[in-house]
Amino acid sequence: MNQVEKVTNLFASDLSIVNIGLEGFHDSVEEQGIESFQLDWRPPAGGNAKLIEILEKLNR
Amino acid sequence: MVVYNKVNENAYYDSVTLMVISSKISVVEGVRHAAVMMGTDHNKEIMKGSNILSAEGEKASASDMIIGLEADNDDVIKEVLAVVDEELQSKTTSDDDVKTKFRTIDMAAKRIGQLNLAVISVPGKYAKNEAMKALNNDLNVLMFSDNVSIEEEVELKEKALEKGLLMMGPDCGTAILNGVALGFANKVSKGKIGIVGASGTGIQEVTTIIDKNNSGITQALGTGGRDLKEAVGGKMMLMELEALKMDSATEVILIVSKPPSEVIMKKIIAAIKDIDKPVVTCFLGGDPSLVDESGALAMETLEDAAHAAVDLANGKEVSKITFTIPTSQVEEYVRKEKEQLKDSQTYIRGLFSGGTLCYESILIMKKKEFNTYSNVALEGKYVLENPDVSKENTMLDMGEDYFTEGLPHPMLDTRLRVARIKEEAKDEKVAVLLLDLVLGYGVHEDPAGDIAPAVKEAKRIAEQNGRYLSVVASICGTDKDPQNIEEQEEKLKEAGIIVMPSNAQATRLASLILEK
Repeated sequence: MNQVEKVTNLFASDLSIVNIGLEGFHDSVEEQGIESFQLDWRPPAGGNAKLIEILEKLNR
Repeated sequence: MVVYNKVNENAYYDSVTLMVISSKISVVEGVRHAAVMMGTDHNKEIMKGSNILSAEGEKASASDMIIGLEADNDDVIKEVLAVVDEELQSKTTSDDDVKTKFRTIDMAAKRIGQLNLAVISVPGKYAKNEAMKALNNDLNVLMFSDNVSIEEEVELKEKALEKGLLMMGPDCGTAILNGVALGFANKVSKGKIGIVGASGTGIQEVTTIIDKNNSGITQALGTGGRDLKEAVGGKMMLMELEALKMDSATEVILIVSKPPSEVIMKKIIAAIKDIDKPVVTCFLGGDPSLVDESGALAMETLEDAAHAAVDLANGKEVSKITFTIPTSQVEEYVRKEKEQLKDSQTYIRGLFSGGTLCYESILIMKKKEFNTYSNVALEGKYVLENPDVSKENTMLDMGEDYFTEGLPHPMLDTRLRVARIKEEAKDEKVAVLLLDLVLGYGVHEDPAGDIAPAVKEAKRIAEQNGRYLSVVASICGTDKDPQNIEEQEEKLKEAGIIVMPSNAQATRLASLILEK
């Protein structure tokens, strides 16, 4: 498959968006009539830096 | 004075939400300092520095929310807590829809088959992991987050290339994909021009000018500000150029960026040579002759680049712009403003919310032989030692980290710029204030509603001291943006501001007013 075929296909598709973080971006995409899903995101491991590091290593 | 803390355990809110609440409670009568923040170590340090962290707040963890304040008495505290409750309550109600149930990208991608893009704006230290999950789920990514290491950026972009996906960012503020404005972006008409840009407001300025000239775009793809650094190697820009080359709807390609290093420039030139469509480049501050061999047209301002792309899309000869309003009108503005200024008023102060607009103005002023001090200066000797204090001719990018620490971007929150506008008016040597007003999605719903009264106040301050203050601005926006551009312009004009059709023209007019 061509290296950019997925991207050129995206240009011809309806966007369906998952928003992770600032909710204002989710709202403004919905305002434009585009499907957007706001993730109920929280910092992993309660934001505990050491735990995050351990989780990252486990995921590798 | 009482220092009070309340900790809401396991309550996560994004930084903009909390900054908005912080600004609301800061203006409650009887409050000395106040902030609502997540209890990360960094935030606790900030709160400690403002003397609003008590033993209670010290114990909070990164997933807890802390309300901290120093207030006159207990009644004030009660009032503040009521404001916070009300704000959080309104948020819960507005978010109360079924779509917010996903906790992870993996879960969302699994359940919603058609997902194709992830927009990521979580704090930098979490951003890479989230982006990697998105790419692994075959989602394109726009990453607004900054504070992501360059090594992480390379890893993400390599993964994206391997999977044939877009990885716009980190620090990508603007993109328009299939007509949809993402991040800080404008609603512009569809057309034949495809854009690749390393700068957010650069993309905003060119897309809005294209729209104002009755033309339109196919896509405006962001790369993030570091893509053209040697460590990243222009990976995303090269991929995006290839995508626009293959896209049948795109007939003209426009590249907007600061100039890359020689090695990266060679790669870009090679890529442009391989494109059988007209290409316009705007490498702000770069030597136009560098792209000569590629066959691309090199333009020096965002406006010229936008006009060149429009001309090419219309099959017309390309022309450069000085002013698009009649010369007689320009002369009239200059004469009237000059006539009211004293000889001792010689300096310009540019206060920008758009970084690239600030940079463009510095370049245009330099061409007119005005050197300007700045927090984003071109040359070391013009770097402003203290960004809080202007010096001679000064241009400030107020969206730069120094000003945004703990505060939302000036396109969202006008407070710092409003204060600075009034501050500059006190300097008896200042002749002209130069401003930008950025409209579109993601930004303030009525920026002119804050900026215009500040300018009126600034003009009053100057007048009380027996001086006139000239104020010139441009609006980066379209008539399709959520703010009403005509109303915004009217508010500025009503405050005595001269509104020019582009940042380049506003800067040129300001320089003419300054010329002796």
